[in-house]
Amino acid sequence: MKKTIATLAASVAIAAFATMGASAKTHKLTYYCSAQEDWCQLMAKGFEEATGIKVNMTRKSSGETFAQIKAEAANPKGDVWWGGTGDPHLQAAEEGLTEPYESPMRKELNSWAISQSESAGNRTIGIYSGALGYGYNTELLKKNNLPEPKCWKDLLKPEYKGFIQMANPNSSGTAYTTLATIVQLFGEEKGFEFMKGLHKNINNYTKSGSAPIKAAARGENTIGIVFMHDAVKQAVSGFPIKVVAPCEGTGYEIGSMSIIKGARNLEAAKKFYDWALTADVQSRALEVKAFQVMSNKSAKSSPAAPDLASIKLIDYDFKKYGSSAERKRLLKKWDDEVKVLPQ
Amino acid sequence: MSDTTFQSPAHQRAAGSGTNRTVLLWLIIGIIGFTLLPWYVQEDGLWSFYWLQYGYPFEPDYAPAAFLLGQNSKIWLAPLAVFLVLPFTVLGKHKTDPVFAKVLLVSGIGGLGWLLFQGFAIGIQGWQLGILETLFGPLGDQQYGLGYGAMLLAACFLFMITIGAAARGAVNGDIFVVSSIGFVVAIVGIFIFYPIVGMLANALRDNEGVYSIFIFLEKFLDRKIWGLGCLTANVGCGVAWNSLLLGVLVGASTTALGLVYALVATRSGFKYGRLLRALTVLPIITPPFVIGLAIILLFGLSGSVTQFIANAFDITPTRWVYGLPGIMIAQVLAYTPIAFLVLIGVVEGVSPSMEEAAQTLRADRWTTFKTVTWPLMRPGLANAFLLGFIESMADFGNPLVLGGNYDVLSTEIFFSIVGAQNDQGRAAVLAIVLLTFTLGAFFAQRRWLGKKSYSANTGKGDGGAHPLLPRRLKWPVYTIAAIWTFMTVVIYLMIFYGSVVEVWGLKDNLTFRHYVDAFGLKWTENGLLWVGSAWNSFWTTLQIAAIAAPLTAMLGLVTAYLLVRQKFTGKGAFEFGTMLSFAIPGTVIGVSYILAFNVPPIELTGTGAILVLSFIFRNMPVGVRAGVASMAQLDKSLDEASLTLGANAWQTFRSIILPLLRPAILAAVVYSFVRAMTAISAVIFLVSAEYNMATAYIIGRVENNDYGLAIAYSTVLIFVMLAAVGILQLLILKSSKTRLSES
Repeated sequence: MKKTIATLAASVAIAAFATMGASAKTHKLTYYCSAQEDWCQLMAKGFEEATGIKVNMTRKSSGETFAQIKAEAANPKGDVWWGGTGDPHLQAAEEGLTEPYESPMRKELNSWAISQSESAGNRTIGIYSGALGYGYNTELLKKNNLPEPKCWKDLLKPEYKGFIQMANPNSSGTAYTTLATIVQLFGEEKGFEFMKGLHKNINNYTKSGSAPIKAAARGENTIGIVFMHDAVKQAVSGFPIKVVAPCEGTGYEIGSMSIIKGARNLEAAKKFYDWALTADVQSRALEVKAFQVMSNKSAKSSPAAPDLASIKLIDYDFKKYGSSAERKRLLKKWDDEVKVLPQ
Repeated sequence: MSDTTFQSPAHQRAAGSGTNRTVLLWLIIGIIGFTLLPWYVQEDGLWSFYWLQYGYPFEPDYAPAAFLLGQNSKIWLAPLAVFLVLPFTVLGKHKTDPVFAKVLLVSGIGGLGWLLFQGFAIGIQGWQLGILETLFGPLGDQQYGLGYGAMLLAACFLFMITIGAAARGAVNGDIFVVSSIGFVVAIVGIFIFYPIVGMLANALRDNEGVYSIFIFLEKFLDRKIWGLGCLTANVGCGVAWNSLLLGVLVGASTTALGLVYALVATRSGFKYGRLLRALTVLPIITPPFVIGLAIILLFGLSGSVTQFIANAFDITPTRWVYGLPGIMIAQVLAYTPIAFLVLIGVVEGVSPSMEEAAQTLRADRWTTFKTVTWPLMRPGLANAFLLGFIESMADFGNPLVLGGNYDVLSTEIFFSIVGAQNDQGRAAVLAIVLLTFTLGAFFAQRRWLGKKSYSANTGKGDGGAHPLLPRRLKWPVYTIAAIWTFMTVVIYLMIFYGSVVEVWGLKDNLTFRHYVDAFGLKWTENGLLWVGSAWNSFWTTLQIAAIAAPLTAMLGLVTAYLLVRQKFTGKGAFEFGTMLSFAIPGTVIGVSYILAFNVPPIELTGTGAILVLSFIFRNMPVGVRAGVASMAQLDKSLDEASLTLGANAWQTFRSIILPLLRPAILAAVVYSFVRAMTAISAVIFLVSAEYNMATAYIIGRVENNDYGLAIAYSTVLIFVMLAAVGILQLLILKSSKTRLSES
């Protein structure tokens, strides 16, 4: 009898310990963030303030985060993955690394966010979107008596030789989106002819995607091919930058969010997911000068931000151009046929 | 062995029980590690005691090894208990008993070996080694990195080995010396050799985890590394050639300029030689990319000098500074003082009496210089050249901001990992190429310069002053020195000026806005609020640097003590291993650390500890050198006196050597503190949101086009480090004075 009481007491104690462990785990959230640092911080702090759930944040680029989630698949450490371009989110969905979830917030979202989510079996969702374009330094353009460019094809004009920067598509997702956009816009053969022509005018292939427009802002470069919201950010900061949406149409990215499959804090992750899709939270992007178009229809946008409705967007094939085989093929072709040409 | 034979029996007994006490102490530590502390690493960090409240000791994530075994899980840890209990069987025995040593060795080697083996064999996804999977079938279990418990147990086993070895008579049977050697070898092995070897393995592996030499060759023979397109057509050359060319140019230029300054300081009647020496601290306390930023602000397309010249002579400004010219100017500015520091010793070391002898033989000043002074300086010049070459190769900050289309190895490594390619194999291959170059230079320096004797010291007192420079050398030397000094001064003024203008070139009004943004403080009813955006990284940096600095100095001094005062087999290899990290560029350390410590058995990425460790092992050679240099000046008879009076090596080290080495210790502490604050190349891979360092934060601001804040922050860092160096000078002065008054 005594023995059974002792066993009982012990098992109660163990059970108590176990539940304590379990309850502890709904009070924190491991959050992988792939957007700009200050935006990531804002989201983490905002969620802590709104819910009291402790947030452990790790900021890494979307490619790195994807690699990490894949490596941890057997024993996931992360709960929710927010931000970063859509390709790796879609890839994670394809490989079953993320959890399907239909948020009650979906009815408030723009249609492009919903259709992107549906194409991935609801395993990811669009939180913001940004169109590709370019920006130029108005003062330098005037000083060098250059015409104002309006289209992609304008950039091929010989008078722009040495005045244009773009990132190297091997190292930057932005530049890869540029390459894929041009190929979809003009067809593969003519697209590569375009890239070869552009190559003659490029003064520097930068490493990071937004570097060309930052150099233009400081007057170290004239035209930078970047995401338009990055150009807007420089203009709003007071630099003489004009933003251009190319007349032929352009490609875009959808910044996404996914819940990691087997998340230890699934409840908290869902809470974060719903919270991140609210108009209030998305409106706060302006505080950190993130001028992307947000997925919630009623999220505030800056008057300076590019209006996606007025831009001619191509029907960007995320599935095809996001696949690693196609990516590898295009990059190799660019390396072999474009990069080796003399400038 | 010899000293035990001559000791009295009473002394022997005491020594024996001392050994037993030490064994017992480490066994208790091992038992605590095995039964009381969490076995696996805590995801909330080293200092988090979260585990104490939640589910300890039963919750598997927080349980000690003994509790895991008690719950019949992780049974592969069981053999460790056997090795841990084994030494108790010989605890009463005397240390000269052969069984005593044998049992300790078996326990230590077996325990440590098994600990490592299971750590590498079983990881997050079960079996890590394919052969075990085929032998035993799928494991159905997993484990994380080693935590506190495992750490203590590993230390226990390590010291079982060293005490066992000492008991068998290794290095005169002194436990302190053998344990120190064992400890240094173990941590250098874990934190230098293991990551580097792991990186080599990564270069041989494709993305699916298949090892093959062809994968290495394919990546190694890439056109982007070895291409020679720049010779024939207007396209870039491979990164390896770019780095090599840059290194040679910078090495040659810094040597030439360093020599110019050394000649001015010693042979021109120039009275401000001390001032020149004081300026040599500048590159050490300047954050690495600040000079690059100042150069952009002066010579960039919209830079002040470029605009001025373009307007004055009606020339179209170009982007000439981006690429080889810009990186080279920045690096020469940064590393000339290092060459000066090396060469001033050489120039002073040339014996005046030899030169006087030449002049007595009727040689004129020029002939004397050509036939006596110059040949004696040659090895010093080679030394300075190699230093400049290594520094240039390893530099990361300046190519990052000034590189343009001129890719070099250090930045390519970084972008292979963080960019869209995310190709760790390529990063590893590039790191191997870089490592080959710097190690080559390092070997050349040691082999080729170490053998020849250029000693001008005849052993006799060497009076007399150095002759003045010959006239045909005098004016070119003066002019070059004046121009370069002017440029250095302008650059540093620009750095300060850049921190107090609104936006350089656009809005030139003076403002302290950047300082307020970075280091603002606000009084509220809740007390002081650190509202500035830089505080977080600033305190982290100070904290990490302050933790790393004394540890670096300590490790360096213990190593120096072993090198200078002890004789043991394998000392040459030991010395090489501890000095090796000097030749390993920071980017290589960074890459190899994230590859090695991202996965069990040692999981460190994202912690503050990995930053501290990277600083300790990068700066350790400096601590070793400082220790060796000043220990060589302490006469060995002091140690012998202490040993004769019955003290052991530990007591001698603590009460005789350490107090006399105070200046060396201080120098090592401050140097490693300052280096930890300005390091960027390794740090940029290792920082995390929680542990962000100042330099990484500044690079982030630069990328955000926020030059004002970046430069303001750098200026603050420069002054903080200047204060640190100043305090050191005072302390050293004080300690040398007290020593004088004591004697």
